[in-house]
Amino acid sequence: MKQHTLAVLVENKAGVLSRVTNLFSRRGFNIESLAVGTCEEPGMSRITIVVIGDDEKVEQVTKQLNKLIDIIKVSDLMENERVERELALIKVAADPGTSRAEIMQIAEIFRAQIVDVGAKTMVLQVVGDTDKIDALEKLLRQYGIKELVRTGRIGILRGSKTAGTGK
Amino acid sequence: MKTGAKILVESLQREGVDILFGYPGGVVLPIYDELYDSSLKHLLVRHEQAAAHAADGYARASGKVGACLATSGPGACNLVTGIATAYMDSIPIVAITGQVPTNLLGNDAFQESDITGITMPVTKHNYLIKDARDVARTVKEAFYIAGTGRPGPVLIDVPKDVSTGVVEKVEYPETVSLRGYNPTYKGHKRQIEKALQLIAAAERPVIYAGGGVIASNGSAELVSLAGMLSIPVTTTLMGIGCIPGDHPLNLGMLGMHGTEYANFAITESDLLIAIGVRFDDRVTGNASKFAPNAKIIHIDIDPAEIGKNKRVDVPIVGDVRLVLKDMLALFKKTGAKDAWMKRVKHWKQHHPLKYRKDGCLHPQFILQQMNELLKGDAVIVSEVGQNQMWTAQWFTFRHPRTWITSGGLGTMGYGFPAAIGAHFARPDLPVFDVAGDGSIQMNIQEMGTVAANKIPVKIAIMNNMYLGMVRQWQELFYDRRYSFTELPPVEFVKIANAYGIDGMKVESCEDVMPALKAALDCDGPFVMDFRIEREENVFPMVPAGAAINEMIGGHTPS
Repeated sequence: MKQHTLAVLVENKAGVLSRVTNLFSRRGFNIESLAVGTCEEPGMSRITIVVIGDDEKVEQVTKQLNKLIDIIKVSDLMENERVERELALIKVAADPGTSRAEIMQIAEIFRAQIVDVGAKTMVLQVVGDTDKIDALEKLLRQYGIKELVRTGRIGILRGSKTAGTGK
Repeated sequence: MKTGAKILVESLQREGVDILFGYPGGVVLPIYDELYDSSLKHLLVRHEQAAAHAADGYARASGKVGACLATSGPGACNLVTGIATAYMDSIPIVAITGQVPTNLLGNDAFQESDITGITMPVTKHNYLIKDARDVARTVKEAFYIAGTGRPGPVLIDVPKDVSTGVVEKVEYPETVSLRGYNPTYKGHKRQIEKALQLIAAAERPVIYAGGGVIASNGSAELVSLAGMLSIPVTTTLMGIGCIPGDHPLNLGMLGMHGTEYANFAITESDLLIAIGVRFDDRVTGNASKFAPNAKIIHIDIDPAEIGKNKRVDVPIVGDVRLVLKDMLALFKKTGAKDAWMKRVKHWKQHHPLKYRKDGCLHPQFILQQMNELLKGDAVIVSEVGQNQMWTAQWFTFRHPRTWITSGGLGTMGYGFPAAIGAHFARPDLPVFDVAGDGSIQMNIQEMGTVAANKIPVKIAIMNNMYLGMVRQWQELFYDRRYSFTELPPVEFVKIANAYGIDGMKVESCEDVMPALKAALDCDGPFVMDFRIEREENVFPMVPAGAAINEMIGGHTPS
């Protein structure tokens, strides 16, 4: 069982996300993360899906995705050199005093930004790969994480290769 | 200036629809009002499920796209089994459903159901039209998607305000352009050459042909190729008819209720040429023991079928007929595989299909009599269960598109309405529905449709007062504990008579032929209630999960 990051270029039409996720759920796949947004082509969106599964099963679901009329292209980013990033917003308990200073130090090490400071909390914004965000989360746990929001992973191929249609 | 409903009806006609199977209701009133004085023929069924099956039967028998129409909510939901049936067997139909007005969508309005959501997993594609200006283009796309590539059902949901909406200037598109849909038709030349090399080197090749051969209209090419190479052909349930049943190279059906010789040949083969098939579990049994010593060539239009259930050596993605044509063009004569043909012939001779000839009324005998009477010049439709397997085994089909059955989904109640559709596709041929007493009661209300319209569908009920196939499994695997599979006797002829349909009850062998002849001579529908041996089984049978050469009711290869 291996992690796969699939970049799915779709027509931006009602129901397209259900069509995509249906193909995963009917095969018992749990989607680890999902990110959807507009992309370089007008009228299109890119869905980035992270799933864990056997290579053959992921290959089958990729082929099924390709059959959907509203889907233009499916790429498994794991097959190539790539950059993957996630953004997380973490609201952490931070009483004025020692913990606040420590949290600010940790943020600096992780190149996280402090985007909100309240009376008893601070909000950190961090960008990085999954491991980095996991590591930061682990460190902040001791102070008390009130809320954590992650965007889901997005990825892009290195060099001139793209997951688009090349048009 | 035209309404959405008018554009819809005209679009259907532009797509060559000559009959629409349907059932009216609230939100499709504007569409039905257009049909009232349209030249587009409409057949009123008695249950929406039958409309979908009839469109499917029409599509299978004609090779064209079938069309059906139902209202929103319950009407649309009743189509679902029919759509799923078409989806599993890759049958092109376009289902049109009414929907509540767009301003009420999602408000739980009267007779609202999210039919595009419901049918997403069982359609090739579906549409919810939100503007009358999109009707013409949507219908064009729907028929194109349904009928091209790997065919399948497409649903169009039409809210009431779209039907009544007025379009000032209507343009009917001539072509379709869909960026995300470009089926591959032409097989890759190098792959085809590789396949021919494997064929030339093989000593024990077998062709395993399925519904894709029929769908691509590639039967003639298949028979030519098999003949030129002298390779025996076994067909799936869906592939029956792609090679004549009495062709010397035909081994009949393979798999769970396949012939012993087909299953032996597959098991011993060193090359399997899989054409328009999907290695379904009812075919392969234990997939790891299926053709264990064979290299596999797989020809299919759907790349997702390649390697799905079985690893293949030479995949060829493309339209079966076009690929077979290319193979015929590139093929160089190889030596006949004499030893292999001798072995296959030996099996065929020594392991025929058989049944007890004790003078009792056996379904196999009835099918033999049908053979004698019809000589393959008929459309034979079946329900699902024992009746289906007996027909697949015993009726000698001679032409593609004359065998119509629910293979993948195994939908009881499919046969009778599908037979109605088949009649409109092939009015020149007699249409028989081989039914069981269980299945026929799943859509028996269609007697109303055939009676009212004098549709000459002949229903041959193999009446054993059981849900026979389930009973057979209970007999073999559940210690004869017949849990809820016994049905009380029903006088089907009396039911038929109540609808104004003629029929005959048959309890002995000598009455079979007279009943069949009476059915054939009758110019309307006819019901035959054959009281068959109650505990007759379908043999041979491969138990679930076993290798296909491990058959019950068969013997080991000699």
